[in-house]
Amino acid sequence: MRLILEVWRQADAASPGRFERYEVDGVTDEVSMLELLDMLNAQLVAEGREPVAFDHDCREGICGTCGLMVNGRPHGPEDFTPACLQRVRTFSDGDVVTLEPWRAGAFPVVRDLVVDRSALDRIIASGGYISTATNAAPEALTMPVNKHQAEAAMDHAACIGCGACVAACPNGAAQLFTGAKVAHLAELPQGQVERYERVRSMVATMESEFGSCTNYAECVPACPAAIGLDVIAHLNRDFRTAVVVQRRGEVPERTDVPWLARLRGGPWWQSDPDDAGDGTTR
Amino acid sequence: MPTEDRRETGSTGPDPVGAGGGAERAGRSRRSMARAVPVAVGLAAAAAGLGKRYLDARARRTEVEPAAPPTPAVGSTSPGPRAAPMTAPAPVAVPAPESAAATAPAPAAAAPRRSEDPVVAAELDRRRRIGPEIHDAAPTGDIRTLWDDHLLNLRLVNPANRRRFKVIVVGTGLAGAGAAATLSELGYQVEAFTLHDAPRRAHSVAAQGGINAAKGYKADGDSIDRLFRDTVKGGDFRAREADVHRLSEMSVRVIDHMTALGVPFAREYGGQIATRSFGGVQVSRTFYARGQTGQQLQIAGAQQLLKEVGAGRLKLHTRQEMLDLIVADGRAVGIVTRDMVTGDIVPHTAHAVVLATGGYGNVYFKSTLAKSSNVTATWRAHKRGALFANPCMIQFHPTSLPLTSEWQSKLTLMSESLRNDGRVWVPKEPGDDRAPEDIPEEDRDYYLERMYPSFGNLAPRDISSRAAKIQLDAGKGVGPLRNGVYLDFRDAIARLGRRTMEERYGNLLELYTDATGEDPYTSPMRIAPGPHFAMGGLWTDYNQMSNVPGLFVGGEASFNYHGANRLGANSLLSASVDGWFVLPWTVADYLAPLLGQEPVPHDHPAVIEAVAEASGRVDHLLGIGGTTGPDVYHKELGQLLTDHVGVERHAEGLAKGADAIRELKDDFWSNVRVVGHGQQLNQELERAGRLADYLELAELMALDALDRDESAGAHFRSEHQTEDGEALRDDDNWTSTSAWEAAPPDGVPIRRSEPLTFEAVPLATRSYK
Ligand SMILES: Cc1cc2nc3c(=O)[nH]c(=O)nc-3n(C[C@H](O)[C@H](O)[C@H](O)COP(=O)(O)OP(=O)(O)OC[C@H]3O[C@@H](n4cnc5c(N)ncnc54)[C@H](O)[C@@H]3O)c2cc1C
Ligand code: SF4
Ligand code: FES
Repeated sequence: MRLILEVWRQADAASPGRFERYEVDGVTDEVSMLELLDMLNAQLVAEGREPVAFDHDCREGICGTCGLMVNGRPHGPEDFTPACLQRVRTFSDGDVVTLEPWRAGAFPVVRDLVVDRSALDRIIASGGYISTATNAAPEALTMPVNKHQAEAAMDHAACIGCGACVAACPNGAAQLFTGAKVAHLAELPQGQVERYERVRSMVATMESEFGSCTNYAECVPACPAAIGLDVIAHLNRDFRTAVVVQRRGEVPERTDVPWLARLRGGPWWQSDPDDAGDGTTR
Repeated sequence: MPTEDRRETGSTGPDPVGAGGGAERAGRSRRSMARAVPVAVGLAAAAAGLGKRYLDARARRTEVEPAAPPTPAVGSTSPGPRAAPMTAPAPVAVPAPESAAATAPAPAAAAPRRSEDPVVAAELDRRRRIGPEIHDAAPTGDIRTLWDDHLLNLRLVNPANRRRFKVIVVGTGLAGAGAAATLSELGYQVEAFTLHDAPRRAHSVAAQGGINAAKGYKADGDSIDRLFRDTVKGGDFRAREADVHRLSEMSVRVIDHMTALGVPFAREYGGQIATRSFGGVQVSRTFYARGQTGQQLQIAGAQQLLKEVGAGRLKLHTRQEMLDLIVADGRAVGIVTRDMVTGDIVPHTAHAVVLATGGYGNVYFKSTLAKSSNVTATWRAHKRGALFANPCMIQFHPTSLPLTSEWQSKLTLMSESLRNDGRVWVPKEPGDDRAPEDIPEEDRDYYLERMYPSFGNLAPRDISSRAAKIQLDAGKGVGPLRNGVYLDFRDAIARLGRRTMEERYGNLLELYTDATGEDPYTSPMRIAPGPHFAMGGLWTDYNQMSNVPGLFVGGEASFNYHGANRLGANSLLSASVDGWFVLPWTVADYLAPLLGQEPVPHDHPAVIEAVAEASGRVDHLLGIGGTTGPDVYHKELGQLLTDHVGVERHAEGLAKGADAIRELKDDFWSNVRVVGHGQQLNQELERAGRLADYLELAELMALDALDRDESAGAHFRSEHQTEDGEALRDDDNWTSTSAWEAAPPDGVPIRRSEPLTFEAVPLATRSYK
């Protein structure tokens, strides 16, 4: 079949962008959304024109690198499926398909369909981990974990970090992503020690970079990892508890970690003299 | 036996696949599915009979004495670039890839291993030189206590002094993230680099099957020594015993550590960690997190890295591609990177450099690897003097999806578990165009069942891959591109019912339907072998340090654990062990005597030269102004490799292949077109740069395969097989690692050998009968 593509072209973060119209012929049903771009690019390169830049890597739905809006929907028409696994099957000959980068204030466009999602990593760097020094772990079996809890933790841990939830959200909120990590770690006994500091800090970063959740739930069908809204409930519950715990002084504030400064003032990355100060870790 | 597996969620998760039916379930099962791939395993077994003459001459070996006595040496070694003690800078000329050759000419009397076939021998002499032997500087002694003894001898850096050392870690996969996070925790200044936009995306994320560890949680006789033995044997006796034993020992710590970091390993109802056995292995030692083991380990590693970033201790550079290694006064002192967004090419210097940049299977263009996987980092290091070991050792996975369309972008893996219920067949007649349903029983060849009656459809990976290639070469391939074989569930559906099949394999079959538009419940699936894992990589000593002092290598980028064939679920293990439990100790040993020295300044001639060279290459690529895009060349390269350096190789094809690759390389350099400019995000430029290095690697792969005149593991030379078609090793001449020095200008590459000895696990024939 022949498809008409309206593709967002933008040279770099500073330049204005615009849609450009291309035609790709000979598209077969099993071609994926990214392979459609491969076809277009091969055509452009053969004509000596610059190909469309887009992020991708594993092409099998696990790395979270791919992501683009297809006709206004994150990743494409199918629910719960990353772009690399979506096929063009649902389109018909002559259809116009619009391809745009993730739309979210926290994800500035880098070029064409490529955006900067480092804000997600800054949420993780604020506490989305368990602090255990290498070689300090006890024998694994000393920490039994209930099977259902392990499975629930796995459900939440399945997030591929693609950012579709943010792109889908009318508020540009990152609650689904943050909630998934908070719920994953809070589900496990290993995650209890830092549980409340973690959530306070992660939420602080999240709020400083992303919009706020008002329960539209548009993120859920967009999520390739099928993370559920329950993680947002989990996040809210833990956050409220954390505030109470903190007020009671049950958890003394850490002083060894610069990012906690954010809770009192500026974000940690601005304290790095080598950094551009625009929040990128590049 | 190679047995890594991609299993469907249903076999391990709490709910049967297909149950639930909710949107979440659908999404979840989809994600954890296997995916497949293709590979037109090309042509020509022109060689089928070529080397049969060797067969009579060589008896099938069962127990063989090692060829040469080991030359154990701690610290200082035989002639070669490592001969300089680590405390004093090696007196070697600056960035001189040929330096080792220059300082240590090939001793004529070193009894170089050479081909018995005079034609092949002559061909080889034209293409390569033989250099002096190398030794790994591994301590000797009781293999069970070797690592502990070694640790005791490693030098330490006082905690207060650690801030004074800077270490560069390239790659944030399991190996890189582990090393960077640990070194940073210890107090060193660490700078980590990745070409991805986030550390979590490294290709370790895609592994599904699991990670091996000798925990012995089941009373099934597993032990550290058993994992050690299985790995040595699985590698067909071409890996280093000492290193493999360390791998086994440390496997235990890896599981403890990963559990503490929050990896949600599958659990039993009592709360213990569950394990499973991978096909063929008789013990249950594979730890897994549903079908996403690699993802969970990788995310845990990336989180530790980000923890250090958040704490302001570690500097992370994303979207930075390493283009070159900086070597000054014989030591690795830094790297040159290109900022993939701005195009800036800049140097970074440090006291030591760790490369953990993954495998090079993508040299075949379509493989099971992620698209950005490349050899550039390790190849550039090779060009700067690091030895490249066993480049021809590549594992092919038998159950990837064949290419269905020209545009299919990769060879996704389908779970090997499908072979439990599927029967593999091809039509008896080449070119049989009938739909599979119309081919009657008597016209089908269930070749695995025929050739390997005891293993049947469950024959190990390398054997299945090879058997498939034989069918494809005979013109019996099926599918529109005639590049696959059938995997048929008809009999299983008749026996067990469609429902059971849905429960067992529902999401896999759905993925297949999605990818191909065909329904595997009514007509058979098509599968084909796909390039999967690189056993070869940069040569390292027992400390994971290459022959260039200060250059450390870990994970798939190095070579030392898997020999000629990797056991399933052993590679996540080796990457984790290197990153968390080896490099942090051995890097410190290297740094200790450097106290007081500053990293090389950016105006050092070696730094300026490396930056100029990297920029020059980029400009050159952009300036060729030819007519053909890099992907077109890469595709052609993939075809050449598949045809000549694929599942099965033979001397004639390898020589032809090497020549064809060189021609392609020449054509590339005169006719490639890289659109766009250098000061921008330019993915064409990235592809072209990676391909330029792949073209050089490919030629060396062909040469190494030609040179290694035996069959071992995944390196199957058709001239060297037993009467029943098994790999026939030549232990007298080839119980060794080949480690290549880059060709000097206008010269040929130099092959050096590291003799291997097998004392704890005596040499024996690997057999699947
Ligand atoms: C589909 C698939 C399934 C697998 N399943 C299993 C399994 O079940 N069990 C198992 O044990 N093994 C499995 N393997 C193998 C295993 O996943 C890999 O060998 C292992 O993860 C490699 O880890 P690594 O840390 O060495 O490299 P990687 O995880 O590949 O990381 C490489 C890193 O280097 C960076 N990098 C690369 N080049 C450059 C450059 N030039 N400049 C800057 N940065 C660079 C990348 O950005 C990345 O961060 C599988 C492999 C594949 C392909
Ligand atoms: S929660 Fe889902 S949509 Fe959001 S980043 Fe994770 S995988 Fe992507
Ligand atoms: S490319 Fe990896 S998830 Fe799509």
